Amino acid sequence: MISIEPRQQISRGMRIAIPIIAALMALMLAAIPLAFAGAPILSAYGQMFTGVFGSVFSFTEMLTRATPLIFTGLAAAFAFRARLWNIGAEGQLYLGAMAAVAVGSGAIGAPAFVMVPLVLLAGALAGGIGMLGPAVLKTRFGADEVVTSLLLNFIILIFVQMMLEGPLKDPMGLGWPQSEPIIDAATLPRLVSRMRIHAGLLVALVMALVLHVVLGKTVWGFRIRAVGENAAAARHAGIAVNKTLLGVAMVSGALAGLAGVSEVAGLKGYLTADLSPGFGYAGIVVAMLAGLSPLGVVLAALYVASVFVGADSMSRAMGVSSFLADLVVSLSLICVLIGGFFARYRLVWHRKENAA
Amino acid sequence: MKKPIILKLAGLTKRFGTVLAADAIDLTLYKGEVLALLGENGAGKTTLMNMLFGQYTPDSGHVEVCVNGAMQRLPAGQPQAAIDAGIGMVHQHFTLAENLTALDNIVLGSEPLFSFRRHLQKARRKIEPLMQGAGLIAPLNERVGTLSVGERQRVEILKALYRDARVLVLDEPTAVLTPQEADSLFASLRHMVDRGLSVIFISHKLHEVLAFSDRIAVLRHGRKVGEMQTADADRGKIAALMVGEEISPPPREHVTPGNQVFSLHNVTVRRDSTRDSLNDVSLCLRAGEIVGIAGVSGNGQSALAQVISGLTQPDSGSLAVAGQPLHRPTPKTMIKSHVGRIPEDRHHDGIISAMTVAENLIIERLDDDLVQHRGFLRHAAIDANAERLCRAYDVRGPGIHARAGLLSGGNIQKLILARVLEQHPQVILANQPTRGLDFGAAGEVGQRLLEARKRGAGVILISEDLDEILTLSDRIMVMHDGQLTETTSRDRAAIGLLMTGHGHSQTHDPAPETTPGVQI
Amino acid sequence: MMEFLDIFLNESFWAASLRIATPLIFGVMGALVCERAGVLNLGIEGIFVVGAMTGWMAVWMGAPLWGGVAAAALSGAFFGLLHAILTVPLGLSQHVSGLGITLLATSAASFVYRTALPRVDSPPRIIPFKPLDIPVLSDIPFFGPVLFQQTALTWLALLVVAVVWWVMARTPLGVALKAVGDNPDAVAAQGLSVYRLRIGAVVAGSALMALGGAFLTMSAFDAFFFGMVNGRGWICIALVIFASWQPGKALLGALLFGMFDALQVRLQTQAGAIVPSQIFLMAPYVLSILALVFVARRADYPRALLKPWFKGQR
Repeated sequence: MISIEPRQQISRGMRIAIPIIAALMALMLAAIPLAFAGAPILSAYGQMFTGVFGSVFSFTEMLTRATPLIFTGLAAAFAFRARLWNIGAEGQLYLGAMAAVAVGSGAIGAPAFVMVPLVLLAGALAGGIGMLGPAVLKTRFGADEVVTSLLLNFIILIFVQMMLEGPLKDPMGLGWPQSEPIIDAATLPRLVSRMRIHAGLLVALVMALVLHVVLGKTVWGFRIRAVGENAAAARHAGIAVNKTLLGVAMVSGALAGLAGVSEVAGLKGYLTADLSPGFGYAGIVVAMLAGLSPLGVVLAALYVASVFVGADSMSRAMGVSSFLADLVVSLSLICVLIGGFFARYRLVWHRKENAA
Repeated sequence: MKKPIILKLAGLTKRFGTVLAADAIDLTLYKGEVLALLGENGAGKTTLMNMLFGQYTPDSGHVEVCVNGAMQRLPAGQPQAAIDAGIGMVHQHFTLAENLTALDNIVLGSEPLFSFRRHLQKARRKIEPLMQGAGLIAPLNERVGTLSVGERQRVEILKALYRDARVLVLDEPTAVLTPQEADSLFASLRHMVDRGLSVIFISHKLHEVLAFSDRIAVLRHGRKVGEMQTADADRGKIAALMVGEEISPPPREHVTPGNQVFSLHNVTVRRDSTRDSLNDVSLCLRAGEIVGIAGVSGNGQSALAQVISGLTQPDSGSLAVAGQPLHRPTPKTMIKSHVGRIPEDRHHDGIISAMTVAENLIIERLDDDLVQHRGFLRHAAIDANAERLCRAYDVRGPGIHARAGLLSGGNIQKLILARVLEQHPQVILANQPTRGLDFGAAGEVGQRLLEARKRGAGVILISEDLDEILTLSDRIMVMHDGQLTETTSRDRAAIGLLMTGHGHSQTHDPAPETTPGVQI
Repeated sequence: MMEFLDIFLNESFWAASLRIATPLIFGVMGALVCERAGVLNLGIEGIFVVGAMTGWMAVWMGAPLWGGVAAAALSGAFFGLLHAILTVPLGLSQHVSGLGITLLATSAASFVYRTALPRVDSPPRIIPFKPLDIPVLSDIPFFGPVLFQQTALTWLALLVVAVVWWVMARTPLGVALKAVGDNPDAVAAQGLSVYRLRIGAVVAGSALMALGGAFLTMSAFDAFFFGMVNGRGWICIALVIFASWQPGKALLGALLFGMFDALQVRLQTQAGAIVPSQIFLMAPYVLSILALVFVARRADYPRALLKPWFKGQR
């Protein structure tokens, strides 16, 4: 007989160990699809490793890939802390990117110290409003925000396509559905010359720090945690639950919007409908791996980005499909969930008594 | 004449984390007798019965049942085996699916799952004589969600009888019944016992145990501390066994009531269920008095508490604090108006179990300068506050930085009391403040409420426990079907009658009886 | 205006409605079975993808069409089992686990597809299910083409609705499933296993979801494309809420949805010059959100939905 018993306290060591073990487990499990694809397993892992840590360039590529993941990871982590299920980061990312393009591709001309903050602000605002919708539907009508924010992703992506064939279309684009390029003044500066790594990373790190402080040290963060842990008790204690949720929605959406700005204004330079290879969804994995801690999000984003960049490199070298990266990332989520179970509960084996 | 043994528990032991909930308990039940299992909250009664019924797997020990004259050991942890052996259990919290009819609930689990159709007519033919024979009438075709508490309990008992229970275990069966309903329940049970049913009946109410049982076993702190024939038992001796020491009710000093501190005028809340509705309720509370509100839960007490807590806004009528009317009050305005609220469900509404003790102590005063400076939390001050309150209110636990959920029920209630009383409220709403607490903790809660009364606060005490109402209150009101009636009587039976909706002293027609009594 | 009305008089419109509704019917029934037992299965979107890929690939590798259908159902059951283990005995967050299953199932399907077909630009085709074209019946004016020229999978979907309705309303199993989604303690107290009922429901429901995916590659189209499921799973989740967890209403919801989708395609061709085509593409998603907002949720809600239950825990 096995029974499940809750643990009294979750130790700090365990909190840190679990995501690490989960990540390693996921990488190990990836050996199965690797074998299935007929690749030599050890050298495939070696290739993945050197694909990230083998050169300064590949390492900065990983950081570049981690940047949007930090943003979307923060967006998910912050919302999940208030038990607001924002699954719409993918859409909010595109809203942010659209706003950045609308403001930053020549409609307004100003020096960089005005343009860069303006572009960031516009993107954040657009993303925030994008999540405000589902949050209002939740607080006003009780519509499940998981489903509404998910469905909104599809609506927004179609909207992006519409805009790229219409008002945002680049007349110089030779018919391709892409936007006009971001002007130089609105472009996020490169951090290292001849590398693609850009100032978006710094913004992301600052955001992680700010959220860390907000959640741990401020009254607003207290309210958010209270609402997330027990909304009924929070309401009873005089906390305005709906107002708090709307605020969280705004910030969460804004963070996802910043991911879009950072990709458009920091990396690509213009908007296309395939800007994001699922950064919004990967952000959920990042947040869960991070145990919903803002600083943890940074580390988790680095891990997920490493998997993507490493697998890309391995894929090019050995011809194994780069979908392996998605497999590893989703397996990590499953593993960290199971790990979370063992952190909260322990299994107790009951030996059957001998029939006397 | 010695009756034959039908059930034997041998050395049942169960540990939850560090708590030894049941410690090597032996118990024997004879055929055709009523055994009362008496003990305080947390003494291990429910744990023991859940092991008997296979819902908990004991850490050691076993259960034997008499089958065709021979004792057989039950496999541990299998409700199905217990049911097959003729053991039926009526839980304190009903285990009924509300989206199914009473009949579906009774038949559930008794037919093979993968059959193409159901044999409801056959089931009905078996149930109807059971209902008539025992006087347990329940509407079989209604959804359980629409049934009254009394009807649900009858469905629970019918569930067991339908599965041919020879042993019936009832966990606190009268907790949700009016005294009259309880009497008719006991009459039905007695009728069935006379026909060979054996009953284990769990309670912490001495008077009903003495009135109804044949034999008494007393549990304390997970151990069996005494066993006796009811005929040989006396009140004082059992009470001492239960608690381990003599207890005296808290002293009640005379306090002259002062000005009106809180009032409700013709407050009506219209909702689908009686539980959440109020019908033209008026109430006036003066400084230095405790108004006790008696009644069977589910008659609108939740709605009343919600209105006073600011969680529900009345559809009509008004409320006033210290003579000042409040418009569309929220929990926040109630806190600001010095109304302290002790919620009914302390785990669900009272604390945030994942947050620390220190954090839970400040949750109602986040705007306070003590707690924050320009939006940033003052951690040092918050910790100092917590240290002080935990000492003053004797909140014991693993420390102020431990999750509040780790505290015991009594300590959680003390935490809530500390949070509420520390702000010197003029009005205190105490909703079921001692439910589920052991004698010690319950006594302490009563003591604190009396102290607040002495200080000049007005207290509204909502409780199902008539004894508690009678010991603590200056005035008593009774809630039934969303209406509140004041009574000057201190007689259990008279108050009980009001609780069933009879004996309204008002001029309007009495509400139709919603809980059909059992006719014997 | 006349042209608009013409759409409804045209039998091809109604045939298309039923065709478009078919995968949704499978998905909605699958989600309904899971949720009735108290488990939200957000793995549905990924399970659709897996079902679509597996069914198609099995046939492409030489299995008969019904072999492909069986393979798809099995693949769905496999991911359903994973979700069930995570959410039932382990009691993990149904939201997060479901999303994890969607991510895992989607990437597994994509990986397998790419590994089997490393470099193909146009996906290989199979010979899909043919319309049944039942003699005599399919010659009936109007009803013939609408009902009797659908493929076998559409008929299977309608059969599934009938079976789900009948099981839920008329059999002991259905009563037990409804009970376990309302109050697991009630089921446990009557000696039934909460875990087995819930795991069984999730596995069976997931198999149905996968059939929805299989319909896409084996009946609606004849090949597998990335992104072909395109949110259909999420729409099913919205439809179940819209239907208040009732099989009949769920069928109705799926059919209405199919109608709107068929209508939008036809309006697109008529009004395409004036209104951007994307507006019509958005319609199904917008409609789903509206369905969620304007529905009375309280009716018949499985009260234990999303709530984990542990044996013998207080």
